[in-house]
Amino acid sequence: MADMRTPLNRVRGLGAARGGTEHFWRQRLTAVSNLPLILFFMGFVMAYSGAPFEEVRAAIASPVVALLIGFAFVSVLYHMRLGMQVIIEDYVHDQGWKVALIILNTFFPIVVGAIALLSLLKIVFGA
Amino acid sequence: MSKITATQSRPLSPHLQIYRFTPTMAMSVAHRITGAALYFGPLLFALWLLAAATSAEWFDFVSGLFGSFLGRLVLFGYSWALLHHMLGGIRHLIWDTGRGLERDTSTRLAKATLIGSITLTVIVWVVGYALRGGF
Repeated sequence: MADMRTPLNRVRGLGAARGGTEHFWRQRLTAVSNLPLILFFMGFVMAYSGAPFEEVRAAIASPVVALLIGFAFVSVLYHMRLGMQVIIEDYVHDQGWKVALIILNTFFPIVVGAIALLSLLKIVFGA
Repeated sequence: MSKITATQSRPLSPHLQIYRFTPTMAMSVAHRITGAALYFGPLLFALWLLAAATSAEWFDFVSGLFGSFLGRLVLFGYSWALLHHMLGGIRHLIWDTGRGLERDTSTRLAKATLIGSITLTVIVWVVGYALRGGF
């Protein structure tokens, strides 16, 4: 059967949605980065649960701790956005609702990430 | 000439209720449900950080919410969902390499995911309480 695609289109391998395997790959990439980062964050929350204000702030103010928590948020937020996108695409068939939820699914992780990163920076720089 | 009408009933592909329930199927559903539930966790932890960045009063308020009975119950459930999704994810990464897809192996892996997540959750909370010096 004749292939109507151009050679360039074929070699790019991006398919009809123009995304190729990007979604699949980034889901795996962030899954791998999530593992150590979440284990660290879990340990941090366990160690400092119920700890007083100054003690928690002093711990977060350490650049290494703040960086690891920051990376954890970025990795997790990206991962969960990809996952929720699949859930929306699987179950929401009304075009209007689907587009609205896909948009919200992009805004929500950005807002949560901004809150977390700003808070981390504020604590690190001691303002 | 035959004419196909829209009212003619078309064959449908079999859906979930047709199949016998299996451990792999249950863990597949659990992976998606825990993933969806986990979606709302980062917001809680971001607010915890925001409170820590704002003032001692706000931090004590949020910290108190997390430490309340209801807060601990939510965190307990959340930690299980997290560990379950984590083990399920590791299972998926193993499958991505083409290994462990045989029926018996995948069924064993599915059961191990559930047993592992419950065991790890209990260990995490026992260690957590031990770290903070008792109940």
